[in-house]
Amino acid sequence: MLMAILSLTVLGSLLGLGLGIAARKFKVEGDPLVAEIEALMPGSNCGQCGFAGCPRLAAAIASGSAPVTACPPGGKALALALARKLGISIDLAAVADQGPRIATVAEDICIGCCRCTKVCPTDAILGAAKQIHNVIREACTGCGNCIDRCPTEAMALQPLPVTLQHWIWPKPLDGAALAPARG
Amino acid sequence: MTAYLLLLLSTALVNNVVLVKFLGLCPFMGVAKSMDSALGMGLATTFVITLACAATWMLEHWLLLPFDLAYLRILSFILVIAATVQFVEMVVKKSAPTLYQALGIYLPLITTNCAVLGVALLTAQESMGFAQTLVYGFGSALGFTLVMLMFAGLRERLALARVPAAFAGAPVSFILASLLALAFMGFAGLNF
Repeated sequence: MLMAILSLTVLGSLLGLGLGIAARKFKVEGDPLVAEIEALMPGSNCGQCGFAGCPRLAAAIASGSAPVTACPPGGKALALALARKLGISIDLAAVADQGPRIATVAEDICIGCCRCTKVCPTDAILGAAKQIHNVIREACTGCGNCIDRCPTEAMALQPLPVTLQHWIWPKPLDGAALAPARG
Repeated sequence: MTAYLLLLLSTALVNNVVLVKFLGLCPFMGVAKSMDSALGMGLATTFVITLACAATWMLEHWLLLPFDLAYLRILSFILVIAATVQFVEMVVKKSAPTLYQALGIYLPLITTNCAVLGVALLTAQESMGFAQTLVYGFGSALGFTLVMLMFAGLRERLALARVPAAFAGAPVSFILASLLALAFMGFAGLNF
């Protein structure tokens, strides 16, 4: 009995120690640029870029095999941030930016089938079987995965509605833009 | 030498680990969908089973038997196999990145695979010598790889066939697996 406890404890500790030392000794340094690019991304692994999740797209962007505009949910803001990070210039005309959008449910035609809840990468859709679903605004990244899944076309991407919590002062127009109007 | 060759043949074909002993059925059904992944899984399993057999033989003969602890076999085998696979994964990741790309995703999957543990337990039960254990493990793993490749090839053909709706997908794969198992029963007639 004592021998069994002792031998397993020693065996476990030795193996654990060995693995711990090996983890230090054989550590593989990842590309720090990939980690930085990944930190900028939405991180919801929605797959709209065609890669298997955000880490793969980050690696592709870092190696130059994918354009910085490849992330649809990230849109213009992400493309700009990535271009600044990589020090390259991009043509933003290619990025159709409709502003931040989130998914919405048309309550009158939602049949409560739960299909959209299963494909949501951020668990932003709330709903049970045969109950009308709803979208948690703060959690939705606007990836659009749920749109095609809906059998009744009740899901749609809408511009982020302005609420009291979200409203901000509009930016003052700069002089250049105002000058022709004055003259 | 002939004895070892016969042992290799009998473990790979006659006592096939998947189709006769019915071990390691989850990768058999799950991963054997395309030839590429089946080959990767097979090679990774070959590697792990051979290594696990060597590690567990040492454990059995240097710790468990001298201290009369044979009842701790399963527990300590799992511990040692899991640690060995983790260690190998780290070393391969550091020293051979291309090999890691090919085998890396499958290595953690088979850490606690029943085929790996089953083969190690069988060799311990039959109290084989070290070289015999290695050949037994390698032969079993070869049989596993062979069956994975055969099944993947058949399923690739099956994907193009017209299957009745009630049988489409998993059911027809199970029927295919049972037919393969029946075919492997034929090897039972081989007497060495």
